[in-house]
Amino acid sequence: MIAPITETDFKQLDQLAKKYPERRSALLPMLHYVQSVQGQISPAGISACANVLDLTPAEVAAVATFYTMFKRFPLGKHHIGVCTNSLCAILGGDELWRELSETLGVGHDETTEDRMFTLERIECQAACTMAPVLTVNWEFFDNMTPNKVRELIEKLKSGAPVQSTRGAVITSIADTERVLAGFNDGKSEEGEAIDDAMLAGLQVAKARGMRAPRGEGF
Amino acid sequence: MALTPILTANWDKPKSWTFDTYTATGGYQGLKKALKMAPDEVINIVKDSGLRGRGGAGFPTGLKWSFVPQNDGKPHYLVVNADESEPGACKDIPLMLANPHALVEGVIIASYAIRAKEAFIYIRGEVPHVIRRVSDAVEQAKANGLIGKNILGTDFSINIVVHAGAGAYICGEETALLDSLEGRRGQPRLKPPFPAVAGLYASPTVINNAETIAAVPVIVLNGADWHKSMGTEKSPGFKLFALSGHVERPGIYEAALGTPFSELLEYAGGVRKGHKLKFWIPGGSSVPMLTPEHVDIPMTYEDLQAAGTMLGTGTPMIFDETVSVVRAVSRWIEFYKHESCGKCTPCREGTGWMVGLLEKFEHGEGKHADLDLLHDISAQIAGRSFCALGDAAATPFPAAMKYFKDEFEQAETIAPHTVFPFEKSHKFETASVS
Amino acid sequence: MTQVVENKETAAQDLITCTIDDIEIQVPKDTLIIRAAEKLGTYIPRFCDHPALAPVAACRMCLVEIEGMPKPQPSCAVTLSEGMKVRTQLTSEIAKGAQEGVMEFLLINHPLDCPVCDKGGECPLQNQAMSDGRPDSRFEIEKRTFDKPVELSTEILLDRERCVECARCTRFSEEIAGDKFIEFLERGTKQQIGIAEDEPFNSYFSGNTVQICPVGALTSSAYRFRSRPFDLVSAQTTCEHCAAGCNLRTDYRRETVMRRLAWEDKNVNEDWNCDKGRFAFAYLKDKRVTRARVMGQAALLPDAVEYAAQELTKHKGKVGVLTGGRLTLEDAWSYSKFTRVALKTNNVDFRNRPHSQEEAEFLAHSVAGGIITATYKEIESAPSVLLVNFEPEEESPIVFLRLRKAVANKKTKVFAITHLETKGLTKLGSKNILVRPGDETKLVRDALAQWSNNTNNLIEKLHSQISKPGSIIFVGERAAVIPGLLSALVELSTATGAKLSWIPRRAGERGAVEVGLLPNLLPGGRVTTDEESVAEIAAIWGVDVKDLPHTRGLCAEEIIDAAISGEIKALVLAGLEIKDYPQPAKLLAALEKVEFILSLSINESDLTQKADVVLPVAAVTEKAGTFVNWEGRPRPFGKAMTQNKSLSDSRIISMLADAMGHDFGPLTTSDIRQDLSALGVTARNQGKAPKYQAGLIPSLGDNQMLLSTFNQLIDDGALQAGEPHLAGTRRETVAKINAAAAEKLQIKNGETLTVTTSTGSITLPVEICQVADSVIWLPTNSAPSSVRQILNAHDGSVVMVSKGLNA
Ligand SMILES: Cc1cc2nc3c(=O)[nH]c(=O)nc-3n(C[C@H](O)[C@H](O)[C@H](O)COP(=O)(O)O)c2cc1C
Ligand code: SF4
Ligand code: FES
Repeated sequence: MIAPITETDFKQLDQLAKKYPERRSALLPMLHYVQSVQGQISPAGISACANVLDLTPAEVAAVATFYTMFKRFPLGKHHIGVCTNSLCAILGGDELWRELSETLGVGHDETTEDRMFTLERIECQAACTMAPVLTVNWEFFDNMTPNKVRELIEKLKSGAPVQSTRGAVITSIADTERVLAGFNDGKSEEGEAIDDAMLAGLQVAKARGMRAPRGEGF
Repeated sequence: MALTPILTANWDKPKSWTFDTYTATGGYQGLKKALKMAPDEVINIVKDSGLRGRGGAGFPTGLKWSFVPQNDGKPHYLVVNADESEPGACKDIPLMLANPHALVEGVIIASYAIRAKEAFIYIRGEVPHVIRRVSDAVEQAKANGLIGKNILGTDFSINIVVHAGAGAYICGEETALLDSLEGRRGQPRLKPPFPAVAGLYASPTVINNAETIAAVPVIVLNGADWHKSMGTEKSPGFKLFALSGHVERPGIYEAALGTPFSELLEYAGGVRKGHKLKFWIPGGSSVPMLTPEHVDIPMTYEDLQAAGTMLGTGTPMIFDETVSVVRAVSRWIEFYKHESCGKCTPCREGTGWMVGLLEKFEHGEGKHADLDLLHDISAQIAGRSFCALGDAAATPFPAAMKYFKDEFEQAETIAPHTVFPFEKSHKFETASVS
Repeated sequence: MTQVVENKETAAQDLITCTIDDIEIQVPKDTLIIRAAEKLGTYIPRFCDHPALAPVAACRMCLVEIEGMPKPQPSCAVTLSEGMKVRTQLTSEIAKGAQEGVMEFLLINHPLDCPVCDKGGECPLQNQAMSDGRPDSRFEIEKRTFDKPVELSTEILLDRERCVECARCTRFSEEIAGDKFIEFLERGTKQQIGIAEDEPFNSYFSGNTVQICPVGALTSSAYRFRSRPFDLVSAQTTCEHCAAGCNLRTDYRRETVMRRLAWEDKNVNEDWNCDKGRFAFAYLKDKRVTRARVMGQAALLPDAVEYAAQELTKHKGKVGVLTGGRLTLEDAWSYSKFTRVALKTNNVDFRNRPHSQEEAEFLAHSVAGGIITATYKEIESAPSVLLVNFEPEEESPIVFLRLRKAVANKKTKVFAITHLETKGLTKLGSKNILVRPGDETKLVRDALAQWSNNTNNLIEKLHSQISKPGSIIFVGERAAVIPGLLSALVELSTATGAKLSWIPRRAGERGAVEVGLLPNLLPGGRVTTDEESVAEIAAIWGVDVKDLPHTRGLCAEEIIDAAISGEIKALVLAGLEIKDYPQPAKLLAALEKVEFILSLSINESDLTQKADVVLPVAAVTEKAGTFVNWEGRPRPFGKAMTQNKSLSDSRIISMLADAMGHDFGPLTTSDIRQDLSALGVTARNQGKAPKYQAGLIPSLGDNQMLLSTFNQLIDDGALQAGEPHLAGTRRETVAKINAAAAEKLQIKNGETLTVTTSTGSITLPVEICQVADSVIWLPTNSAPSSVRQILNAHDGSVVMVSKGLNA
């Protein structure tokens, strides 16, 4: 059953619309919100957004179907994305995909029968220095290996806490979608999220005593 | 040449991303200085500094700002392009994660300069951790009176909205981004009018890359000459280079423009042990690849252009001899097919066709004539598509053919994975799968 | 050689000089390359380009080389500038190569099913592929396929695999019609046109998308697979449905109309028409009157005419003539002459809809006599347009499109005095002053008299806008039943200088006014009571002035009353429908009472069943004629089909007159046109301005409301019969009330309510929206809402409203 869009939801959607000089600008955040409520973008969700923004449902559908992150099928509790763009694929992403797909028994944009996991091949995630990467509910798991993948799935299945390599503790795709809609969950401090790759240059510079021309502020 | 940690200088400090850490290391001084100047003076500093856009095209930033009409009675907008979705590009995301206040400060200064009261930071949707950081930074700046009405006792007011995308590479193209930010399908707009005249909500708008904007505070603080003391005449300043792929220490290396690629590679520990460089791409999959013979090239807009490629996002991807060029190219074209917005014929139809043909080469079943056809298709897309995504899609194949024609010919009969076993390229140990 | 592309409005200094294919030309600056090339006779291939739509440069078919530019440029989007040197495919390998490349791309996923495609034979893609494409395909992988076809509405079907994604259809729907029901869905290679799951493409203008689709992706259910273009014969026609006067192309095969298309006319319908005009032509299919009939028995035409003539002669002076609003100008002329000369009466009225004496006087004063009050073009430059009891999208869709264009160009502000807000008004961004039916007169007079100290901001704004030179007031036919409204509008027009234009619904109404199918009017705006005018007409008709009646005749309603009371003994009815009549029950009673009924009709109806003599007449496609549109612009058309042997009304009238001893001559179209041109303008505008006062609005009891009603464009109109696909796109049949009324009735959106009068009741779902207080709106003729037949009511009637089914 798809969760209905309630009066409270309508209020939240309206609140998002008010953030912008022109209300329609809130459409992407609103669709993220709908997806957090419904686990997908349903015709009812489309109508709700149309209603709040005074658009036709077709105008909203045109937008909702354009963006990869919006799904017209029900997502599982966790969304798992594996980057299979060239660099990640070559560094092992294809292998991670094979591993996951076999373990979970589902393919691209498919959901496991227990509705725990939806699997997706995703494009480059701007994490190339930490390739190969995958994401769980769009939280990053950098420098992945098949072993780590197996461990990750076990933990998620058992409900044990899992922390993204960049900090956040995994909850559900619904929670992430709320963040994307613009409702900050205050989890920015869960973990440092600064890793070796980000510090690589700085460390070399420090080791070798290199620095920029003198100036203020750095 | 040397590494020049500036934007990255404090990333190893505890909680580098917080307001406190940022201000303790000189943060928001640039803003204070800027607010004491007239907006046009700020524009002039940026102009004089020679700062060029870090989003890929390298357009002079100060010049772009000066295109915004003054006293036109319309609202002006600043839009930060933090959509970073180009394969290989991975600099804006770490920058926003570790140093979001540099971006926020840059946004306030840039808005002041172009007389915008409202700014948007458009961040690709797939990075909630970054969206949290930047949102927090905005909140903290607001709490400290740096965002809002009449900031720091001036009559300048500014509001900043952090906006999440939803998965579409094309939304990095600036006009598509504007449509997306207006709640539409992210398809590029016809130009003219240019955004500086009629951008967001048909009002004058400046769109800059996140790294470009983050560099503004230090430039304002330290002056144009300081900035020009780094880099070359045509490519002044410093930049975040992100080296990925088959190197020992992939990561962010902040250095002066003009630093030779070989030097960056050396900082990154060189190509992974026991392997040698096969090909590398200076700045995202949209720019043509180069080979080991090009490693000494200085990383500047002009030198790379002379070598038939581009600086692009300045994020080199490095591949060693285990990698099949056919596989890499084929996967990139698949990406472009997936991301083509569908608006124009050459890109929409051409990418689909190329993918169909390249698939056969991946299985060792290519037809020789199809290599010519792929060339033709690339040529039929390049320069004829509506926006630069099409041009980008038309880039990898001809570039690869220039150096690795034999490999494509080989793939007419032999599947690349038999010649280049995939597991050999992996970053982790894998039992051979055949 | 220098060619100057003419444009009279352009001053010489605005011309720029440039070259296309080495030919030097001068064009106004901002001319698109593709348009300039056309003027030179060079056709640059294109798909997404359409002159009436904003350029998108998406298909990339029109690429040309411009000196100094590194890449080929889309000629559909780049304007010429001084000194520009452009090379098209004719002189540039780059342009030619680019175009060939794009054509190849367009064809790779195209099914090439031309032999079974409706567009085959008239398809830009097919044509350009033949002329510019490669002889063979290099595409050997699998084509993209889709399940076919998608039903966008009951009328419009989409075959996605044929689509070239030019976005003409979506741009039309958004830019021109304002109906954003179709959009691009998905992305990249999967991109496709589509609708939202729960809202079909029910636009009144949807058929235009089929016409401008440059391939066969959009087809109409009505025409799909029915014909090939090369089997069709085309004729120019004027649409018979409304007073817009659309120029149409009628395509027929073996005496059957297969389809109709909009035919460009920059002065009137531009490139468009409405779906009613395009699709509603099946009404001739089933119920045709094929033979003359006397007392229910088939008869030879001359015998039937002879019999009718005898009967009419017998009742001379006691005959009423009701002609409806659908006659051509020429036929109307014949009836006018026949009524006066042969029947010796002015008892004639074309208005088979609610009407009034005030309206007749208004028509005589402000409309008749070939007055061109406002024009389509003037709408575009009007600073403001005031709509009074007139819903343009429902009642005159091409006026609506022109208004939309004017509004989109940011030149024109629209105001409306209306009983309710409608989709159409919303799309016009109209500022609406909601009034109860009956309050309009006071409102207009107040706006006139006291606008400056009016507390209503909107009225003040309206007044200052409407006073700007070039402003227009449009009033619809519904104003007739609001006492004093037309009088007040004449005053407003005089006071402000705004042009006052009357826009009736039916195609024949303006023509009927011109030839005097009214009890107070003779042809050419001459009033029946003016001696000199009567004499002028007598001269044209070649009769003695003494033989023409000199008094005002009876209007339609009076004729019916007189028939019931026995004063009128015979009726001549032309092209009438009982249910259109303001009070159908009364008309029926009259039909029962009179001694003789003559009906001239194309189709059988409940009315022909009651006639003593029925005479078949030709339909518009079977004769030449003229409709005068609301502007007063004659819209002549020729005969399209020849096989049906029915005679025009005029020819039959000539026979009837002959049988009654009057030689009218053959009354051919050309004869009549000659007479019409002799009318001149001498006596124009003789009628006096109407001076009527506002009526009183009855005080309403509990559960009582005032009725507001108008015809929706697509409804149960007789001429829409036989076209189920079109009928499927009609708007929902709902009753509309405002929130306060809903509150009072304790009713929610979608629940049903019942509207009752002494004659019957109608039950409908309710829509709560912006309606004036204590007003309920019903569609006039959309089953089950047959307001006239069931409620015997019109604008301003008091009705009982209750929640749920009949209480
Ligand atoms: C397909 C495509 C994707 C792009 N993606 C990005 C992006 O993710 N981030 C970015 O800053 N610029 C991107 N660009 C470049 C922008 O269009 C624009 O040039 C840039 O944001 C301007 O900022 P700058 O002047 O600071 O470089 C992209 C361009 C294209 C054609
Ligand atoms: S090149 Fe064309 S189809 Fe490709 S992304 Fe740009 S506009 Fe869209
Ligand atoms: S006609 Fe110019 S791009 Fe389509």
